[in-house]
Amino acid sequence: MSAIEVHRLTKSYKNLTAVDGISFDIELGETFVLLGPNGAGKSSTIEILEGFRTRTSGEVRVLGQDPQKASRDFRSRIGIVQQSAGDLGRLAVRDIIQHFAGLYPNPRNVDEVLAAVGLESKASEPVKKLSGGQQHRVDVALGLIGNPEVLFLDEPTTGFDPEVRRAFWDVIRGLQAEGMTIMLTTHYLDEAEELGNRAGVIVDGKMVALGKVAELGGPEARKTEVSWIENGQHQSERTESPAWFIGELSSRLGAEPERLQVKIPDLEQVYLGLLKQHRNGASVEN
Amino acid sequence: MKTKLPSVLSVGISRIGYELKTYVRTPDAVFFNFFFPLMMLVIFTVAFSDMEIDIPGAGRVLTSADVYLPAMLAMGVLVSGTQNLGIDMAIEKHDGTLRRLSGSPISPISYFIGKFGQVFVSGSLQALFLILIARFVFGAQLPDTADAWVTLTWVFYLGLVASSILGIAISALPSSAKSANAVILPPILILQFISGVYLSFSSLPEWLQNFASAFPLKWIGQGFRAVFYPDAFKQAELGGEWNLDQVFWALTIWILLGLVATLLTFRWVRKS
Repeated sequence: MSAIEVHRLTKSYKNLTAVDGISFDIELGETFVLLGPNGAGKSSTIEILEGFRTRTSGEVRVLGQDPQKASRDFRSRIGIVQQSAGDLGRLAVRDIIQHFAGLYPNPRNVDEVLAAVGLESKASEPVKKLSGGQQHRVDVALGLIGNPEVLFLDEPTTGFDPEVRRAFWDVIRGLQAEGMTIMLTTHYLDEAEELGNRAGVIVDGKMVALGKVAELGGPEARKTEVSWIENGQHQSERTESPAWFIGELSSRLGAEPERLQVKIPDLEQVYLGLLKQHRNGASVEN
Repeated sequence: MKTKLPSVLSVGISRIGYELKTYVRTPDAVFFNFFFPLMMLVIFTVAFSDMEIDIPGAGRVLTSADVYLPAMLAMGVLVSGTQNLGIDMAIEKHDGTLRRLSGSPISPISYFIGKFGQVFVSGSLQALFLILIARFVFGAQLPDTADAWVTLTWVFYLGLVASSILGIAISALPSSAKSANAVILPPILILQFISGVYLSFSSLPEWLQNFASAFPLKWIGQGFRAVFYPDAFKQAELGGEWNLDQVFWALTIWILLGLVATLLTFRWVRKS
């Protein structure tokens, strides 16, 4: 059974179609990343799945239920990591997490959650005395405390410094190891590469690529690029057999190629290529 | 592995503790909603300590403490309910609190049990302090019949419920957390001036008294005067009677109006 099923989902606001007929499934235990530029429809999509927004048309199931009718049972089985702790200033970290644990039928252990997000030493501090990154870990803790089957993370590391981001990734990897299903939106391609099993790219509300993170964009977009300098000119060639190509190249030049580089495109290059392709009018759906 | 969802009532009771903890750690709420009426009682009682109101047949003179105790009890009902919840819930609508809660399995009923419970506890304590200070610091005379205490209790709690529901209803007005104070405070201050909190109600022009009668605060104050003033003072009221039945109906109607306004404006999950 899929944890999340989305079929031809559409969301229109007054004169804007934010989500334009996208479809995807997320399997149990999988981490799915939704990528796309600002305003592409990522947040609308995740908010529809969380039950915070109504959809205009299409079919949506989260754990077999329609999130639009979010029951208390549904709420107890999903976890949402909110984007800010601005509402939680005055009470101590532990008091807040303890209180939220009491809202769920089968919560996680408060101390284990504090440890998982690295806030044991701050447990008795009021949230407003914490740094921004630490406050966000409280948000993560509140998303986890109910022991959800599906966890939603909407741009969870925006504004984090690199060290905090890596600590956050470790927390997520721990949850993945436990088999939690995770849906993530992000702007950071390295984050998608680190955490995602599969990913979808949406642009202007349409899904332009969908697949395993390592295969996103298809084989063409992932061909190795060989570049060198010849007669003072920058040259490059994309090939499936770079070793053979370089052999040919050096025998043609009769010398060692100048400034020779061999690069496998990373996700960021693939992603930027996809955006460019889409804006030139082509939509690649696979 | 699967256990039942915690009950609406038990979560509601845990919310009361959570709300009270948050309340006592919010200094401006504690000052303006809890201590302010106590402070005003002290200031007015001391400032007008020469006051002696004597009317024929009253049997005793009213001192400033006697006069201001019912007024400040009425103010307490208004600020503990309307002002407190109006500002607090307006902020919670805009700072993410409601969104976070509505993403959890809590029932909105549990949330409201927490709000009413917080108002019930802080409002009751405030009234107790007002009465104790007026009596033991300033020598105010307390009622000596069981009937009067029964009246005090129902006027107080019916008033507190009306005041709280009104607060929930007006929390819909501010358009951001930052504007909550600016939007909620002025009407509440004006209501106090025209309803007999700061100024003696009987000294206001009759048209203003009639206008104020459209709002609940005047009725709460009237109910408290019926409790604390000698019976002969009823001649100073509109119509020359305490009219406790009208107090009851005015507050009940305000509770119903507030409920309707709340049902129309309050959204647990703000879907768009």
